[in-house]
Amino acid sequence: MSLLPYLWLVPALPFLGAAVNGLLVRNRHKGLATAIGVGAPGLSLFVALACLWEFLHRPGHAPFELLLYPWTAGDLAVDFAFLLDPLSAVMLFVVTFVGFWIHVYSAGYMAREPGYRRYFAYLNLFMGAMLLLVLGNNYVVMFIGWEGVGLCSYLLIGFHFDQDVPPKAGRKAFIVNRIGDFAFLIGLFALFASFGTLDYDKLNMAILANLELARAPFCLGLSLAGFVALCLFVGAMGKSAQIPLYVWLPDAMAGPTPVSALIHAATMVTAGVYMVARTNLVYQLAPGVLLFVAVIGALTAIFAASIGLAQNDIKKVLAYSTVSQLGYMFLAAGVGAYIAAIFHLATHAFFKALLFLGSGSVIHGMGGEQDMRKMGGLKSHMPATYRTFLIGTIAIAGIPPLAGFFSKDEILASTFAGGHFVLWAVGLLTAGLTACYMFRVVYLTFHGKFRGTRDQEHHLHESPKSMTVPLIILAVGAVAAGWIGIPAGMWELAGTEDRNLFHHFLSPVIATIPGEGGTGHALSHTAEISLILASIGIALAGILIARRAWGGGRGVAADESIAKAAPAFYRLLENKYYVDELYDRLFVRPLARLARFCWKVIDTVIIDGGLHVVAFLTELTGDLGRFTTTGNVRQYALYFFAGALALFWWMIF
Amino acid sequence: MSVPILWYLLLAGALFAIGAFGALTRRSGIAVFLSIELMLNAANLTLVAYSRLLGDRTGQMLVFFALAVAAAEAAVGLALFIGIYRLRRTIDVGRMNLMRW
Amino acid sequence: MELAIFVLLAGTALGSAILVVFHRNPVSSTMSLVVTLVATAGLFLMLGSPFLAALQILLYTGAILVLFLFVIMLLNVRRERTIHSRAPGLTWGAAICSAIFAGATMRLFWAAYATAPTPPLDAEAFSLRAVARELFSTYLLPFEIIGLLLLVAVVAASWIAKRPGPGEPGEVP
Repeated sequence: MSLLPYLWLVPALPFLGAAVNGLLVRNRHKGLATAIGVGAPGLSLFVALACLWEFLHRPGHAPFELLLYPWTAGDLAVDFAFLLDPLSAVMLFVVTFVGFWIHVYSAGYMAREPGYRRYFAYLNLFMGAMLLLVLGNNYVVMFIGWEGVGLCSYLLIGFHFDQDVPPKAGRKAFIVNRIGDFAFLIGLFALFASFGTLDYDKLNMAILANLELARAPFCLGLSLAGFVALCLFVGAMGKSAQIPLYVWLPDAMAGPTPVSALIHAATMVTAGVYMVARTNLVYQLAPGVLLFVAVIGALTAIFAASIGLAQNDIKKVLAYSTVSQLGYMFLAAGVGAYIAAIFHLATHAFFKALLFLGSGSVIHGMGGEQDMRKMGGLKSHMPATYRTFLIGTIAIAGIPPLAGFFSKDEILASTFAGGHFVLWAVGLLTAGLTACYMFRVVYLTFHGKFRGTRDQEHHLHESPKSMTVPLIILAVGAVAAGWIGIPAGMWELAGTEDRNLFHHFLSPVIATIPGEGGTGHALSHTAEISLILASIGIALAGILIARRAWGGGRGVAADESIAKAAPAFYRLLENKYYVDELYDRLFVRPLARLARFCWKVIDTVIIDGGLHVVAFLTELTGDLGRFTTTGNVRQYALYFFAGALALFWWMIF
Repeated sequence: MSVPILWYLLLAGALFAIGAFGALTRRSGIAVFLSIELMLNAANLTLVAYSRLLGDRTGQMLVFFALAVAAAEAAVGLALFIGIYRLRRTIDVGRMNLMRW
Repeated sequence: MELAIFVLLAGTALGSAILVVFHRNPVSSTMSLVVTLVATAGLFLMLGSPFLAALQILLYTGAILVLFLFVIMLLNVRRERTIHSRAPGLTWGAAICSAIFAGATMRLFWAAYATAPTPPLDAEAFSLRAVARELFSTYLLPFEIIGLLLLVAVVAASWIAKRPGPGEPGEVP
């Protein structure tokens, strides 16, 4: 019995869960809320796995399309349909699997939260929207999901709406995202206007049949492909937090930690990468923009990593880490290694979600404290959390044989093979920084002596099973996820055939342009080995530096001495290069002034004034009209007569 | 030489206008009423003139009935005057302002 | 000859009409109206309707205006100080409207009948016999209803004007 035709259940079940939890369930029925809130994604995961199983057994992994509702408006034919091909299959797995375990974790983490039911409604809504995004077979359904996850991000960041910071952070996220969405739409318009369709397959066929059109100059000195690629990438900049539109992600940490794990680590922020991979044909036709993507990615990676080194809030470090790793993904896409980007997306989902959930466990144990300067020595109090967090850290640092190593190494190798040595160097340096700041977190949080208050110390406890079990499961993923993508080069080194399953699985998705050679980067063995050693080497270097600075019970002393030694530089890092302040001056304040102007002048004076004038005139007319109702009978008689006269006149003449 | 019908009509028009002026202008209720009777009379005159002009007796019939109705109206109207006088001690039309806002 | 009589009657009618409107003494006004109505009766006669002339004098002057005089007496209506109110706008408005009306109708009549000759009087058709016959055949129903109307008017008038009982507002002066 084939479950593939029931693919629609995968997004539908979370939507249903959101609707039920949001509209029907009462706040006091916590058990029911949990059952629906965790059960819906659970069922969705079950259906997804079944569909994936079937898909894997299809001959040649033939793509499966499911048409739900055809929709045509004039020239625009956009069907509400799903596509299950290798790329969406990978995304489907990541989203449903990681998503489900985060839901389980949330049941424990948010247990005492008054808005429990609302939380799960929003979270389910997010799952539904994200699944629409990855399953859609055309850009419009993707955009629906894109907007949907933006909305849920706003709702969930601002979950504690009664506090001061979360609503502002939510607004910031939504507005910055919007800028990207605007560009995204322009790109879609250009695509539709030129090729008449927005379905992935039809569009790719149309482009391949019309290569001259795609390469022809279009706008702003770019070719059509270049323009579209740039517009779509700006959308990705917003959604996936690249320079200059990354500023919302650190602020988004104001939301509950599971939200940060799900949305701002594993799924929503990766939508941009997914979109670029999906649109790889257009990007291949615009090498200039592609290079731009790579540069932005690399720049973002090192920029964010440097900021992460000087942050004291554990979630902020992870946020900047996410921005940095997303930069890696775009670097990969930018040098043409789309599969490597997706690979890193998948591995990153596991270990970043793990790290966030682990930090949530720490925060939970610390009774809400997020400042690492007040932590320390937690490894004895929270062993399960410590061990899983450590695994995640090793993974992100890129130490083999954990997942992060394989994906990161593939990215760096592709960059080097493509001849982008500067970008490679930046990437390598960032890898070192990553290892360094992540181990700083481990040392400051779990090692050394406890630096918090007495009460906090008494409160310290390991988290409940609902939270630790997902940690363990994700840790397994963080370890093993990389093994399906071990690059061909390494297999060669090992003397066996190429067992890079991941790469083979996804290669049909990458379009080949007739007349252009494939992106074949053949590296010599020596080059390969040297690169691997370089990656491992710099990671170890980072770890050792971290150990010297923050390990061995030294705690925050290192931070303080750095601050004393290079105060300006340290302040720069600690204050995130003052980017937010810069944006505030450049954009926010003028816009706020404009808004105030619109409000005080246009709205109050002109529009309301207009209304007041109308009301005033009406009143005036009424007052004047009152003079006719004097009650003076003779005047009324005169009116009669005059009226009759007028009538008489009109009738006769 | 007989009088042209036109003159009767013109006379009736003038009488009506005078009556109208009086009805609208006088303060005393009685005077208003008198003016109204004047107007009615002018209308009757017109009807009779037309009856002669068209050779149709209908005009005279109408006058007959108009006369009767005027009588009824005068009776009731004067009774009303008496009633108003009892309540308000005046029949000054200018003082009848119950319909004031 | 006829013309002279007409001028006499018309002049009287107009003159006393103006007097009706401009006398301050209500009794004088009523008397002036009597004169006007009698003159009009004469005009009716000249137009070949003796029946109506007689009716006018009997009913209007004989009954209705007498009623007026009785009420004037009863209510002891005084002379007015001025005939027009303290509302010059009203006076002028009334004057203008009346003037316009008069002008319009006269012009209308003039345009229609300036050259129309007076048709000869058909003595037979306008005789009392003919009128009476018509009244009691074609107009029988209105005739009876008029009777009813007069009855109703009398009843209403007597009820409205009766003395108030004990406790009701108003009193006979």
